[in-house]
Amino acid sequence: MSDVSDVVLQTSDLVRTFGGGRTLLGGKKPTVYAVRGIDVAVRKGETLGIVGESGCGKSTLARMLVGLDRPTEGNITLTGSDMNDLISDDRHALSKRIQYVFQDPISSLNPRKLIRETLAAPLRYLRGLSGDALEARMKELMDAVNLRPEFLDRYPHEFSGGQAQRIGIARALAAEPEIIVLDEPVSALDVSVQAQVLNLLSDLKDQFGLTYIFISHDLSVVEAVSDRVAVMYFGRVVEQAPGRALFEKPRHPYTRLLLDSAPVPGKRGLTVEDATAELPDPLAPPPGCAFAPRCSRAQDDCVAKVPDAHYGLDNHDAACFHPLNPVTTR
Amino acid sequence: MTSNTATASEIKTKKRSARPSAFKLLARNQLALMGAVILALVVLIVLITPILPLPDPDVTNPAQRLLPPFSDGHLLGTDHLGRDLLSRLLWGTRVSLAVGISASLVAALFGSTIGIVSGYFGGRTDNIMMRGIDMLMAFPYILLALAIVAALGPGLMNALYAIAVVNIPFFARNIRGVTVGIAHREFVDAAKLSGKGHIRILLTEILPNVMPVIVITISTTVGWMILETAGLSFLGLGAQPPQADLGSMLGEGRKLITTAQHLSAIPGAMIFILVMSINLLGDGIRDVLDPRLKSGALARPAPLTKIDRSDQGTSNQIADETVLAVDDLRTEFVLGDDTYKAVGGVSFDVGKNECVGLVGESGSGKSVTALSLLGLVASPPGTIVGGRVMFDGKDVYDMTENQVRDIRGGKAAYVFQDPLSTLHPLFSIGDQLVEAIRAHNAVSYRDAWAKAVKLLGMVRIPNPESRANNYPHQLSGGMRQRVGIAMALANEPRLIIADEPTTALDVTVQAQILKLMNDLRTDHGTSVLFITHDFGVVSEICDRVAVMYAGRIVEMGTTEQVLKHPAHPYTKRLIDCVPRLGEPDRRTSAIPGLPPAVNNLPAGCAFADRCDRAEEKCRVGSIAFDDLGDGHGVRCIKPMEGANV
Repeated sequence: MSDVSDVVLQTSDLVRTFGGGRTLLGGKKPTVYAVRGIDVAVRKGETLGIVGESGCGKSTLARMLVGLDRPTEGNITLTGSDMNDLISDDRHALSKRIQYVFQDPISSLNPRKLIRETLAAPLRYLRGLSGDALEARMKELMDAVNLRPEFLDRYPHEFSGGQAQRIGIARALAAEPEIIVLDEPVSALDVSVQAQVLNLLSDLKDQFGLTYIFISHDLSVVEAVSDRVAVMYFGRVVEQAPGRALFEKPRHPYTRLLLDSAPVPGKRGLTVEDATAELPDPLAPPPGCAFAPRCSRAQDDCVAKVPDAHYGLDNHDAACFHPLNPVTTR
Repeated sequence: MTSNTATASEIKTKKRSARPSAFKLLARNQLALMGAVILALVVLIVLITPILPLPDPDVTNPAQRLLPPFSDGHLLGTDHLGRDLLSRLLWGTRVSLAVGISASLVAALFGSTIGIVSGYFGGRTDNIMMRGIDMLMAFPYILLALAIVAALGPGLMNALYAIAVVNIPFFARNIRGVTVGIAHREFVDAAKLSGKGHIRILLTEILPNVMPVIVITISTTVGWMILETAGLSFLGLGAQPPQADLGSMLGEGRKLITTAQHLSAIPGAMIFILVMSINLLGDGIRDVLDPRLKSGALARPAPLTKIDRSDQGTSNQIADETVLAVDDLRTEFVLGDDTYKAVGGVSFDVGKNECVGLVGESGSGKSVTALSLLGLVASPPGTIVGGRVMFDGKDVYDMTENQVRDIRGGKAAYVFQDPLSTLHPLFSIGDQLVEAIRAHNAVSYRDAWAKAVKLLGMVRIPNPESRANNYPHQLSGGMRQRVGIAMALANEPRLIIADEPTTALDVTVQAQILKLMNDLRTDHGTSVLFITHDFGVVSEICDRVAVMYAGRIVEMGTTEQVLKHPAHPYTKRLIDCVPRLGEPDRRTSAIPGLPPAVNNLPAGCAFADRCDRAEEKCRVGSIAFDDLGDGHGVRCIKPMEGANV
C-alpha cells in the first residue's frame, strides 16, 4: 500500500453467499458461495480490469459495488466513508458517486418508455434538474456519447446494440459519478461496434476524469483498456498486477491457462488442458486452492489450505504456493 | 424446431417495425371483429335506453300480464306483473353490464395491486400476500360470494363487492407471475440506480409492462363476471325487486317456464349474446397483446423452407472432391410490405475433410445461409428464391421432403450455439443420442445405447456410461456442447454445419471444444462449415474462410490469405477493430456507422458508406466477385494494396 490517499474505492474481505438459513421444518438450506473474500482497491482516474470466466462471481461483485446487492460479510469504502453509512444517510448518495453500465444494452432500457424518459430519471432524481436545465443537460449527454438529440424521442427497439449501449453509458454519466462499473459493456455487441464503444469509453474517461472498474471475460479487451488487472477464479482474486506485468509474466497457473486459451487472429495452435476440467461445486467449495484439481503444478499443500496473497496498488502477486515466473525480490 | 426459433429470433427485431398496428391485427381476426361489433351494438342500445320511447320498466299493469312477444305496444310481450319486457330487458342489460364491468375493474385494481407488489418485492411480502390469496381461493367461489352477500345483506352493490372479491385471486396470481419476470430485468436495476424509489419503479417501470396482461385478463373475465352477477341475482341475492337485471329476470321467468317460455328465453338469449361477444373480443385482444403469440409461437412453419426459384442459376461444373457446393443462393424474408434479402447470392464450396469458416457480424446473413442449406429457414416468412445447393452431387432443393429429412442429422448435421436450448430438458442425453441414431438406422435400443456411450467417449466426456443417464441441466455448458457435437457425429456425417458453436462458452472451454472438433475432423474425414464472428477462432480451425457482409460474400480465400493480406477493406477493418492479446498499444480503429438494412440495400457496394476508400463507381451497378488467383477472391473494385503478395 504505497499511497492510499488517492484510493477512491476499496473493498475488504467481501463475501456474498446465496441461500443458507433454515427451512420451515428446521433443515439446513444449501449455501452457494458466489464471492469468497475479495480485497480490491481502485485509485482515482485508473481503470481496474477484472477478468474471469462465467461463474467466478464477477457480476455479483459488480452488483455489490454499486449497491444493487449487499455483501454478506466485509465492507466497501468509498473515499474513506463506509458504503452502508452512505446509504443510510441518503439513499441517493451512492448512486451519485458510482454508476453501472449493463451488459445487455437493450434489456437495460425499459421497452415501453422513450429514451427521453429513461435518460431524464437520473437527472431528475439524482441531480434535481427540471425544465430547461434538464432538457439542455440531456442534449449535452447525447452529444457526449455521439448520438443525435432526436434519438431522445425513440423507443429502445429502434436502436442497434451499439447505439443502445451509448444510451446506457449516457445514463450512467447523467448521475455525474466518480466511478463507473462496466459489467461486460461490449460483450453483447458486434465486433465492429465494440471498438466504437471502447474508444468512446476511453474518450469519456479523459474528458470527465472518470474511474472505471471494467469487468469482462475477454482478455484482449481487458488488456487494451486496463491499468491494473485482477483475475478472478471461483469467487476469489487469484492474481493481481499492473496490466503489462500480468499479461507478460503471469504467475498464477490459471492466468497462464486463460492466456493460452484465447485464440489470436493469425496464430494457430492453442494449448489445451487434457482433462475436461470443470469448476468446483459452489455448494461445497474445496478446502484448498479452487484451481488445484485443474492445475498441473498442484502439490499436497495446494489442496490442504487456501494460498494467500498481498494485493497492493502497484505490486504483482498471485494466490499460489507454486507460482510461475517467481520473483526474487518483492 | 430449434432452427426455427433461431431464425425467428433473428428476424424478430426487424419484424417490429413492419408489424401492422394492434387494431388492424384485431380487425383481421373475423370472430373477434364480430364480437366487437355485437358488443358495440348492445352497449350503444343500452346507453341510449333512457331516451328511447319505452314504457317505465317498473310500472305494473296486471291487466296486460303475460302478453306474448309481438303484441301491440309490447314488442317482446310483458311479464307476470304486466311490465314491458323489452324495456326491462334493456334496463336489465344496462345494470348487468355495469355491474360486470365495474366488478372486473374493482377486481383488476385490487388484484393487480396485490400481484405487482408481491411480485416486485418477493420474499416475505410475497409469501404473506400469496398465502392470503391462497386462502381466498380455497373457498368455493359461489359459497364465498353467498357468505359475503349474507353478511352484507342482499343488494346489487353487495353482489358487486362479492364478485369482485371472489375474482381478486385470479388477477393477483396472473399479474404476480408476470411481475416476477419483469422485476428481475436489467432495466429495473437501472431505474434503481437512476435514483427512483420503489413506488416510482412500480408505477413507471413495471406497470406499463404489466398493463397488456391486465387488459387481457380483464377482457377475458368481464363475461364471466356478468354470468356470476346473473347467478347471484337469479338466486335472489343481487338486484332486488322491482329493479330489473338479467339474472333476476331469468329467476322470475323460471317460475313460469312452462306457461310463458319467452320470460326466461329472452334474458337468457341476451346473456348468451353478451358473454359470447365479450369472450370472442377478449380472445382477439389476447391474441394481439400476448407477447408469446406475437412472437409467432402459433405460426406453424413448414418442415421445409418454401422454395420458389424463378431462375435455376448457371450450372457450374462441380469438382469431385466437393462435399457441398452452394451456387448463387438467395433467401428472402417477406414481412409486411418489406422484403429482407438476408442472403443475396452466396456461392462457396466445402471440400472433403475441409473446414471452411463463414465470418460476419450479426445480420450479415451467415446463420440464414447455414439454415438455408438444408431448408431449415422457417417458412413463412422465409423463402429460398434462387440458387442451388449441391450436397454430394445432388441438388437439395430438387429433393422431396423425406429425402431432405434423411440428410438432416444423417449425412449433414448441425451444431448450434446454445446447447441448453437445443437439447430436450426432459430426456437424458443418452436417450437423445439414441433417438438421433435410430432416426437414421434400424438398430435396437440396446445397440443404439451402446453406440451413444461410445459417442460420448469420443467427445471426451468422462465416465460416458454413467453420464449418458444425465439430463442436460446436470451438465456444464462445455459438456452440453460436447453432447451437441456427439449428436452431430451420431450418423457419421460427411458435413458438420457448426453455427457459432463456441460463442456461448468460456475461453478455456472454447479451446477444448475447438481442439475436439479439429481432432474429430482429422480422425473421421468430416468436412466442417464453421460459422463465427471471431477471427481468432477462424485462424485456429479453418482452412479457408469466407467473409460475409449484408448478405453476400465479400472476400474468400485461405485463412492465411484473408488474415495476412485482406483484400476487401471491410475484412481489413474488421480484423483491425478487435483488440489483440499481447498488443495492448495497438490502436483499435472502429468502423464508423452501421451495416445497411437488408430490406433497403444501396446500389453498388453495401460497404461503400462506411469505407474510406469508396469512390463514385463503388455506388453504381453490382460489384463483381473478382478472382485474385490462388483461390483468393474479393468483391471490391479497389482491393487493398499488398493483397496476395
